Amino acid sequence: MFFNSDVSRRIVGRIKRAGAILALSVTICSGWSGVPAHAASFEDDVALFAARSFADSETAVSHLQVSGNPLAYPIISALKDGRLYADEDSKKVFIKGTDSKIVDAANGQSVATLPDSASPVRLNNRLRRTIDAALGSLTLLSPDVAVRIQAAQSVFKNHEESSLAPLDAALRNETNDTARKALAAARAAVVLFKTDASEADKLDAVATIKARGDQDALALLSGLPGDASPAVTRAATAAMTSIKGNLALWSTVQNAWYGLSLGSVLLLAAIGLAITFGVMGVINMAHGEMVMVGAYTTFVVQETIRTSYPAAFDYSLLIAVPLAFVVAGAIGVSIERTIIRFLYGRPLETLLATWGLSLILQQAVRTIFGPNNREVGNPSWMSGAFDLGQITITYNRLWILCFALTVFVILLAMLRFTRLGLEMRAVTQNRRMAASMGIATSRVDALTFGLGSGIAGVAGVALSQIDNVSPNLGQSYIIDSFMVVVFGGVGNLWGTLIGAFTLGIANKFLEPVAGAVLGKIAILVLIILFIQKRPRGLFALKGRAVDA
Amino acid sequence: MPHILTRSLDRRATIFLAIVATVGVLLPLSNLLLPDTSMLHVPTYLMTLFGKYVCYAVLALSIDLIWGYCGILSLGHGAFFALGGYAMGMYLMRQIGTRGVYADPVLPDFMVFLNWKSLPWYWQGFDMFWFAALMVVLVPGLLAFCFGWLAFRSRVTGVYLSIITQAMTYALLLGFFRNDFGFGGNNGLTDFKDILGFNVQAEGTRAALFALSCLALAISFLICRAVVGSKLGKVLIAIRDAESRTRFLGYRVESYKLFVFTLSACIAGIAGALYVPQVGIINPGEFAPGNSIEAVIWVAVGGRGTLIGAALGAVAVNYAKTVFTSGVLAPYWLFMLGALFVLVTLLLPKGIVGTWNAWRDARQATSLSEDARSAAFEDGAVKPHMAE
Amino acid sequence: MTRSTMSLSSGLLSRRSWLAAVAGLCLGLSAFTPANAADDTIKIGILHSLSGTMAISETTLKDVMLMLIDEQNKKGGVLGKKLEAVVVDPASNWPLFAEKARELITKDKVSVVFGCWTSVSRKSVLPVFKELDSILFYPVQYEGEESERNVFYTGAAPNQQAIPAVDYLMKEEKVKRWVLAGTDYVYPRTTNKILEAYLKSKGVSQDDIMINYTPFGHSDWQTIVSDIKKFGSAGKKTAVVSTINGDANVPFYKELGNQGIKATDIPVVAFSVGEEELAGIDTKPLVGHLAAWNYFESIKTPANTAFIKEWHAFTKNPKRTTNDPMEAHYIGFHMWVKAVEKAKSFDPDKVIEALPGIKQANLTGGVSEMLPNHHITKPVFIGEIQGDGQFNVVSPDDPTKARLVPGDAWSDYLEGSKDLEADWVTLKCGNYNKITKKCGGQGS
Repeated sequence: MFFNSDVSRRIVGRIKRAGAILALSVTICSGWSGVPAHAASFEDDVALFAARSFADSETAVSHLQVSGNPLAYPIISALKDGRLYADEDSKKVFIKGTDSKIVDAANGQSVATLPDSASPVRLNNRLRRTIDAALGSLTLLSPDVAVRIQAAQSVFKNHEESSLAPLDAALRNETNDTARKALAAARAAVVLFKTDASEADKLDAVATIKARGDQDALALLSGLPGDASPAVTRAATAAMTSIKGNLALWSTVQNAWYGLSLGSVLLLAAIGLAITFGVMGVINMAHGEMVMVGAYTTFVVQETIRTSYPAAFDYSLLIAVPLAFVVAGAIGVSIERTIIRFLYGRPLETLLATWGLSLILQQAVRTIFGPNNREVGNPSWMSGAFDLGQITITYNRLWILCFALTVFVILLAMLRFTRLGLEMRAVTQNRRMAASMGIATSRVDALTFGLGSGIAGVAGVALSQIDNVSPNLGQSYIIDSFMVVVFGGVGNLWGTLIGAFTLGIANKFLEPVAGAVLGKIAILVLIILFIQKRPRGLFALKGRAVDA
Repeated sequence: MPHILTRSLDRRATIFLAIVATVGVLLPLSNLLLPDTSMLHVPTYLMTLFGKYVCYAVLALSIDLIWGYCGILSLGHGAFFALGGYAMGMYLMRQIGTRGVYADPVLPDFMVFLNWKSLPWYWQGFDMFWFAALMVVLVPGLLAFCFGWLAFRSRVTGVYLSIITQAMTYALLLGFFRNDFGFGGNNGLTDFKDILGFNVQAEGTRAALFALSCLALAISFLICRAVVGSKLGKVLIAIRDAESRTRFLGYRVESYKLFVFTLSACIAGIAGALYVPQVGIINPGEFAPGNSIEAVIWVAVGGRGTLIGAALGAVAVNYAKTVFTSGVLAPYWLFMLGALFVLVTLLLPKGIVGTWNAWRDARQATSLSEDARSAAFEDGAVKPHMAE
Repeated sequence: MTRSTMSLSSGLLSRRSWLAAVAGLCLGLSAFTPANAADDTIKIGILHSLSGTMAISETTLKDVMLMLIDEQNKKGGVLGKKLEAVVVDPASNWPLFAEKARELITKDKVSVVFGCWTSVSRKSVLPVFKELDSILFYPVQYEGEESERNVFYTGAAPNQQAIPAVDYLMKEEKVKRWVLAGTDYVYPRTTNKILEAYLKSKGVSQDDIMINYTPFGHSDWQTIVSDIKKFGSAGKKTAVVSTINGDANVPFYKELGNQGIKATDIPVVAFSVGEEELAGIDTKPLVGHLAAWNYFESIKTPANTAFIKEWHAFTKNPKRTTNDPMEAHYIGFHMWVKAVEKAKSFDPDKVIEALPGIKQANLTGGVSEMLPNHHITKPVFIGEIQGDGQFNVVSPDDPTKARLVPGDAWSDYLEGSKDLEADWVTLKCGNYNKITKKCGGQGS
């Protein structure tokens, strides 16, 4: 067996996770896979990458996977990351390490520089799947549990016969429960699709997969080849029915979660409006643009971090939140001081003036940042998803929900326990009386408007994580936020909370039935009708101040 | 009848009508009769452009009627305008007949290539002009009636009403975007051939449509004047200024509001119907809430509660839009429009006409007190009328 | 005489106000009088939205036209005359498109117009171009079902984008189950109708096709993405064909990435997502998802490299991306120049006559030709999204030697249009019915 210990040590050292067990894994692969070593040499296989054809690369990967050569793993993982370079003329293939060191893939020797004619080996999805399968069986013995589970998952999907031996080896050594389950399911998948497995084994496999009970299990079972024995087919059908029933139940939970998540977005967008509209009676059509300002602040923060302190990227949002609050709040206060304070008592005129402002702000952003979308990235703690039972919960949605509720609670506490909150409530209830008691109403107005705008800016930070950051961002939320506030009732934050979640959940339960467009129309019509019943929303303010 | 219509005409209204009439007659004549080379020749391009302005002026009138005189700020009036436009558009589509690209005698083109087999029921009848013309008024009127009946009866007022009118037009926008709705989806209705047998693109037809738009403007102006000048109009103003008080005086506020809202929607529908053959397309974009808000600003610029101001504002703002969306200023149009919104509400709350009125009244008041007699003689309005 | 008629006549008699009104009107008119073009320049109209919702896509096209015109002038203009760009802003407002088109042709007397992005804007200006007999170059991929004498379509017809993409997925990815997801407007509707018919003709059953429409600017994709996931778990290889429009794409892809739908599981092939749209997303979770276009910035040819270099120099921004509709304008503009030189005239009628048959090298190594149906031949590329926001061409193997596909105005897969044919050279008709041997829509 080809084994250059010196070289392998050098390369192996670079692979963080696969680490020391790699050699063991490779030995297992080659020893037990049962696939005879094919005729072509390792060098010839590697040279296939230089042929620039997807089919040849695929052959090369599947040969490398079973070659037992310690270079196989570095080559395949380099290919996956686009670090594998091939020179078409000399048929030479190079690995560019994560530390930018160049290694000749055929023999593992260091090379000073890449030849000019070398370019990355191209990938397509089919090749990527082959790579995933290969890496799956190569990393089944990784010391990292997460990597092992992922490997098991990829074997589960690809269910190639060659993975059976490494799977058995892995199962024997496995101590972690979750990983064990994943491995067992993967093994069941392989057995189920193995043509020469016994019927009893296959029935066992169906039972194991049924226990898994998720979408992937369903996918696997429904992909069962038609030539399976009647008993297996019957068991599979029964398993599928049970999984489907289970999933249908879960889908209701899923819809409710989606509704909560949409509701939290609506809450964030509307809560600032509830303050300005509810407390001051000012219809701020430029509210959406404050959200946009917050989103662009996030963009600027991220851009600065990207260029100056790339390591701090995960903290970008934490920096952006207070900054967005300050920026949007400052814009809000200046709008109030220069325009809105001259328009108190004329709500309809305020509406027109702020609409004009929204046009100006939009076009200003378009002039400064350009009309295109701007990239705002998700920090790592907001990317991806986890499974809760049979539903998938994405981290960004979960964080946004938590964030929306936090903002809500802080705002509520502020209104209740701070001096400004007290003054704000006083002004809401009876402006003239409050003024007579010595409250500087105009200062309260300015601060309230600034607060509302600042909250909108903070909402923009959250929305930048799920939506476009473009000059049109604000407009797409303005109508929805008005609906929430009007539906919930003006002047009551609880109304906004309940309004937002009701509309969100109603929308998400209507959407699968009526489709996205009709669902939205239905919601609008329902709100119009609801307003007829309760002209001042769910939680209406009572008293004389209302009809002023 | 003429008495009712003309009773409330003051001098300025007369001048306005005279100008509308002159423009409505002279421009088409100049376009048709004078040679291209003549200084006074009005090119067809301007005819269509002015025709569009005049339709907008009618829409602005309808908004002023409810906002200026009854305090109902509708942010969804574009919906009535667009519905009228769609009714006319459907008639024009049916007129295409076999001249469509697929030569289908009944189905409009967009239905053919999306595999519709037969004409939906709501397209029936639109091949007849009288039916379409009736629908132009009836559909917006009916919608306004139902909407108003619900809203006014349950006393949805002020800002709430504005927001739900916005929701209404937004819902219609989403609906008309849907291809399944059967109105051509996002592309709307277009590529019209002829109207009442005349080619819509012919200069004569364009001139006639322009004259008709001017006529519509004059008639709606007269109707609005008649309404606001009558006792009904006084009640409307009372509702605008103190709704609860009017109700306590025993007036059925909601009936008054409902009447004027429906009337206004019908006028907006007519404006839309005249607009469509002149611009050659009607599509859901007309339902966009932004359009309706923009129409409100025309009224605010001209002066709410003056009618003439509404029409002038519509023409002025749209003229500015035409000028400022070409050439070097093109990227700054939205800045200007936005600034217009802000400045007009802050500095000219009464609009151009309203401010001018106030200024003139103030001047008159001073000059009257200084030399009442001579001032009264100079101004025709105060002249003693011998005929009575 | 009643009081009212009296006041009417007194109003009419008031000469002062009359004069003022007429003077005002004349003043208003004078602003519209056509500015006479100087004899040594030829005007070119640019009709792209610079404000409003479509500015996001169209502003770039205005810039590229200015660059092309600038470049041509440096070469000495056309027929010895300098070109002058006339830029207007239709502000994403469809009736305003028609108004601005009329203004460009009548008032500015432009020789040709390059413009429009959405189908509805094109539909809106169509009657104007027909009536005033001018030329429009339309650079965006669209639903087809149109061929007009005055319009030249330099973007892709469905057979130059949608069908090759589906073919690729069937062949390379062995896709058996299809999600056709789109924004609810005419382009996705038509494309999906065509694809549905095409898939069925390839033996795909109705159960294996899921069609889904969303409103413009849809931003909450949770339900739909999870539906796609569900649909994809039926044991057959599934792919999504996306005709989702511009703004809605970013949240869609973000949701895909977060719900962990990888390209290796369920690939998404998009027809409206190019380099420009990707600029707003972190593409690392999206690696492997596909797009079908007739041009990719990443294709290495000398012409493309030069074009990109010039674009960066012109915009003074080395990060600006190039995209497919920009190349369409590049081809269209040079075709127009060649046609003018061939016709030795700027007269629209003569240029329209001269255009079919004009050949122009595109930026990806082929030579595109203007066809008699006013569409052009184009190569079709399938690209996979890369981590850096660019596309890696996966089909054909050598992009510079791609086969050119002629644009088909009338789809063969739609009931109403399969018998139609467009030919402005011999038949002089945009919608000739091969069965009835009649040219439709011409009677009047």
